[in-house]
Amino acid sequence: MQFNRKHLLGIRELEAGEITHLLDTAETFRDISKREIKKVPALRGRTVINLFFESSTRTRTSFEIAAKRLSADAINISVSTSSVSKGETLLDTARNLEAMSPDCIVVRHSMAGAPHHLARMGKAPIVNAGDGSHEHPTQALLDALTIREYKGRIEGLRVAILGDVLHSRVARSNIHLLTKLGATVSIAGPGTLVPEEFGELVEQGLRVEKRIEDAIEGADVVMILRIQRERQDAAFFPSMREYAVHFGLKPKHLERAAPDAIVMHPGPINRGIEIASEIADGSRSLILDQVANGVAVRMAVLYLLAGGGRAELEEKGN
Amino acid sequence: MKLLIANGYVIDPAQGINAGKNLLIEDGRVIGLLERSDQAPEGAEVLDATGLIVSPGFIDLHAHLREPGAEYKETIASGAAAAVAGGWTTVCAMPNTDPVNDSPAVTRFIIEQAQRAQLANVFPIGAITKGCAGKELSEMGEMKSAGIVAVSDDGHPVPTAGIMRRAMEYARGFDLTVVDHCQDLSLSAGGVMHEGRWSLILGLKGMPAAAEDVHVIRDCVLAKLTGASVHIAHVSTRGALEAIRRARELGLTVSCEVAPHHWTLTDEALADYDTNTKISPPVRSRDHVAAILEGLRDGTIDAIATDHAPHHADEKALEFDQAPFGIIGLETAVGLAFDLVNQGIIDLERLISLCSTNPARIFSLQDRGTLAQKAHADVTILDPGCEWVFDVASSKSKSRNTPFHGRGMIGAAVATIVGGRVVYLNPNYTRLTDTKHHNAAGK
Repeated sequence: MQFNRKHLLGIRELEAGEITHLLDTAETFRDISKREIKKVPALRGRTVINLFFESSTRTRTSFEIAAKRLSADAINISVSTSSVSKGETLLDTARNLEAMSPDCIVVRHSMAGAPHHLARMGKAPIVNAGDGSHEHPTQALLDALTIREYKGRIEGLRVAILGDVLHSRVARSNIHLLTKLGATVSIAGPGTLVPEEFGELVEQGLRVEKRIEDAIEGADVVMILRIQRERQDAAFFPSMREYAVHFGLKPKHLERAAPDAIVMHPGPINRGIEIASEIADGSRSLILDQVANGVAVRMAVLYLLAGGGRAELEEKGN
Repeated sequence: MKLLIANGYVIDPAQGINAGKNLLIEDGRVIGLLERSDQAPEGAEVLDATGLIVSPGFIDLHAHLREPGAEYKETIASGAAAAVAGGWTTVCAMPNTDPVNDSPAVTRFIIEQAQRAQLANVFPIGAITKGCAGKELSEMGEMKSAGIVAVSDDGHPVPTAGIMRRAMEYARGFDLTVVDHCQDLSLSAGGVMHEGRWSLILGLKGMPAAAEDVHVIRDCVLAKLTGASVHIAHVSTRGALEAIRRARELGLTVSCEVAPHHWTLTDEALADYDTNTKISPPVRSRDHVAAILEGLRDGTIDAIATDHAPHHADEKALEFDQAPFGIIGLETAVGLAFDLVNQGIIDLERLISLCSTNPARIFSLQDRGTLAQKAHADVTILDPGCEWVFDVASSKSKSRNTPFHGRGMIGAAVATIVGGRVVYLNPNYTRLTDTKHHNAAGK
């Protein structure tokens, strides 16, 4: 199966075959980053704009490196402080950028649906680099690539996702991706942040647990989500201290997981809050592998959307 | 000036009339119903309503006409034009303008603007509290003298039970119905859609049905305490309808309205983040829509109201979280109400009760909502078989914010008569003829 979509807005609308194709493509790009000359000419002459309305170091850098390793010209724009404060709308900002003929726009925005808005109104392919609490598709893809690297498969695995699921675009994209590829996902955290109704997010393969111990039971993969202090101010939980005691991942919890369970976190981590340092720095932690795979996944996405993939198809006469 | 609406089928639930009759009106009032075989009176203009339903004028209890203050979205004249094009002879204008209609001066201004437009009747609704701020009572007595027909802080739910109690007690003394937009703000704050599976999928903050339920229950309890006449605006939840049913069983004067989008759309309509589906209260899940349909069927719901809420295209072209709530509705409501008839949920007589008879009763609009002798000559003429497609480009509203553009409908209001004047006639129904023609054709 090919990936023939114009945009990558979320995982929910993708079919399993499309996800697998994205992951397979990412695998072929992974080696490039291990070479001495980390550059291929796949997107030479193409322009990728990273349009970030929300601060981000990891994701923006990852997209920038991915574009550059494909020989694209990568432009980074942080809009949170410039145009918007002058009263320019999202749409006008995007239209101005489009007038400069980019081949792909990577968008990060604090509001759900912002990339869909641009995809509907504009011409350039849009990659969603995280929109509010909605989706973060390249994060789920890099997580899946990491799981495949260590477990060899997704199907049949048991994955626990712990923490602030309600506000997490990472959790949503991962739930869609993992269940589509045949994994079973258990989510757990404070009742305010993991509402019971979350079980209805997907048709099958998702369980909601009250206690993180129950979600971890027998898990092959344990994913931890970042907890933000501002949720305490909004009365989602009483204190960071209590959160750490009842919902932070500690070594004793991992005894319930599968013996070869791996631990993941989308970063940045709050040490000693949602994850104990012994685990974050321990042998089961793949946090830095996730970062490395992020570049490969984003290379694959840019390649398929920004013209590399299409050019190849055209050469083959398809 | 006389006008004869001839050969139509008159349905007037207030009089229990459901028969083929001619309707004669003169000088803005109904003279009476004549037999079809009667000669048209000398000098009368004749509107041939063969095959059409002649109904007492439709009364919209809930619209936002934006003037004064936001004339770029809508004016009283453009809103009234949209109203009559959609079959509404009377529009009750919500007070959340700028300035708010919390004083007799603003009330008089709205009435004067409506008189200049000479289209629909526009009856102002006064604010419950000054500035709709939920703190001090507005001058309801003075506004009543100036012409308001009810009070409401629509868009701004009266936040505390204490203020609402005083408002109900005070309004009762002036025979004003208190209309509340029911939403517990501590539960709904920050929400942009119905809370449920789709809000979780889309990552948008939800407004739980419970936010509406607890507020409706509160107002029902206060209706009992105060004996006031309370009208619940745009009901959208199963729980709210259950509370209203219980209040009625207790003999309380609690009525309610529903807006067409709340039976037509579900929260799944937001899947593409179309800001023209962002409405407050939000379109809800299937279970709530089923409850609304049941309420329409069993009589719990008294009225259909449009909640016409125009916004400029630029405002709706923002991120979903940033866009304002609301859609235009004056020109689509009757078509969507006919869906209910076509699906067998209500009959035509009930549709007319929902759009005319009951609204007149709820706001105590004298001599309206009926075609009885001496009633105001407000008439809506319906063609249940009219097949049409709503094209927002041809809307009379100044705004274009609707999720129903391109929607096919069966059933429409094809002529609207206000105070005896034909203020709207569907271009495809050009049957206005003079008396001579009519009498000749009759022979």
